[in-house]
Amino acid sequence: MSSWEAIYGIWLREAKVFAREKSRIITSLFTPLLWIFGFGGGLGPNVSVKELNYQIFIYPGILAMSILFNSVFFGVYIVWDRKIDILKEILVAPISRTVIFVGKVLGGITDSMIQGTIMLLIGIVLGISFTAGATALVLLFLLVLAAGLVSVGLILGSVLTSPESFGSIVSFLVFPLFFFSGALFPLENLPPWLALITYIDPVTYGVDGIRGVLLGTSRFPLIVDFSALSLFTLTMIWVGTFAFKRMQ
Amino acid sequence: MAPAIETYNLTKTYGELIAVDRLSTKVEQGEIFGLLGPNGAGKTTVISMLSTILKPTDGSAKVNGFDIVSQPDDVRKSIGIVFQEPSVDDELTGLENLQLHSMWYGVPRDIRRGRIGEVLTLVGLEDRKNDLVKTYSGGMRRRLELGRGLVHRPKVLFLDEPTLGLDPQTRDQIWKYIANLAENEDMTIVLTTHYMEEAEELCDRVAIIDQGKIVVLDTVEALKRSIGGDFVCLRIAKPNTDAFTNLDYVKKAEISDDMLVLTVENASEHLQEILDIAGKADYIAIRPSSLNDVFLHFTGREIRDETGEGGVFQRIMRAEARR
Repeated sequence: MSSWEAIYGIWLREAKVFAREKSRIITSLFTPLLWIFGFGGGLGPNVSVKELNYQIFIYPGILAMSILFNSVFFGVYIVWDRKIDILKEILVAPISRTVIFVGKVLGGITDSMIQGTIMLLIGIVLGISFTAGATALVLLFLLVLAAGLVSVGLILGSVLTSPESFGSIVSFLVFPLFFFSGALFPLENLPPWLALITYIDPVTYGVDGIRGVLLGTSRFPLIVDFSALSLFTLTMIWVGTFAFKRMQ
Repeated sequence: MAPAIETYNLTKTYGELIAVDRLSTKVEQGEIFGLLGPNGAGKTTVISMLSTILKPTDGSAKVNGFDIVSQPDDVRKSIGIVFQEPSVDDELTGLENLQLHSMWYGVPRDIRRGRIGEVLTLVGLEDRKNDLVKTYSGGMRRRLELGRGLVHRPKVLFLDEPTLGLDPQTRDQIWKYIANLAENEDMTIVLTTHYMEEAEELCDRVAIIDQGKIVVLDTVEALKRSIGGDFVCLRIAKPNTDAFTNLDYVKKAEISDDMLVLTVENASEHLQEILDIAGKADYIAIRPSSLNDVFLHFTGREIRDETGEGGVFQRIMRAEARR
């Protein structure tokens, strides 16, 4: 019973801090908007992919990207918490590391899902039709994607001690994850080496699933996308609980 | 009554460096126990091990009857800790910090509000509880941390340098709160400090710790007595120690820079006799012994960070020269 209370406490702290730093929402929306309007907006009128306006085609990819960046970067807060010494208060409390990890993951998911919801509203502006069922499915995909990627961020945050090193290592990770996820191109007709990399990239299955739900075109059946993504997320959560157990 | 804390050969090494060296001691229930020593003596490492943040390299310890290695969760539930570095959350209000802490320490929901109210009153932050901690002064943060360490009613409270970097007025205030806690809350308090005044003011017993070892452990009074008493410093025409060495209340007589320095038991009672023997003196100073003298006596060094500045005689001399 008290574990739930403790998880709630960890989540509550993240939520309160997030709610007070409204600039965080604005700044993290900036990059996806730039891609949709600055890049997709320019190419859209001239280029179409699979009979879709390019701006519309990349929208699911950019949606996934906003979750990707936001979720992985969430791990930096644990590095900061350690640096300014407030992590100690939580580590010395009589709660298990699993509880701390789960609470943090929920906090990160909340941040990312708020972000994702705003991005959905932008999709409506673009003229994408959201049925109730499609909205629910997309949110489910975003949730699973966020859970896995927040775990990745937290795992890195648990081993890295400076925000600077976290920043550089994470950029090294998130940009390949983004570019090889098929966010900006279709997965068909790729040279074998590129196809292989896209299949290894877990974000691919998020992008493909959402594209299938919203635009009706995808490389894999929905169930395959969802299963692959879930497998990735469960693995990361499992690794994350271990990472937190050995965190000093 | 079982001791609140027992350590057996508690040791922590970092490679070659021995931070804590086979520490074996006991802290009785209800006492304020001080770990006094210079920076880097191993005080924080001891507290970190006892609060299960660090694992000992060797040896073991029990806190409230629980083993720090095999029962860390039970230890954590029964202790409170105020870290050396501030660890309250700036982005939250004082009240929120206390609420979250209560959730993590499993303070039952129905008594939480009352408990937090009591603590806020105790540390005098009732009227600032809804302000963000980043607007607090250093002293207020410290008080909030002290309060946070108390919300779950720990049996043992660890305070790591509780008044480090605070102004004298705030320091006095914090001392008042700590003394009040020990008296009214029936709590065992272990504090580390490198301020001798702090140890003298608050502690029932003091362990002087240097290079990871307890050099000496006793009550403040007994420690001071152990070095013989107060210092009497005289400038006389022909300083001579022979006349004083056979007096039973003079523990030590030395000549330092033309000054006669005596270590005297109850100096104020024996001053007249000393002056009768010494004859005309054109300068007289009496200084009660302090824990710094105790530290100097047992380690040969000063506890303050001013290195190579010599002992009490030189300091008296310097003060004199400045006049």
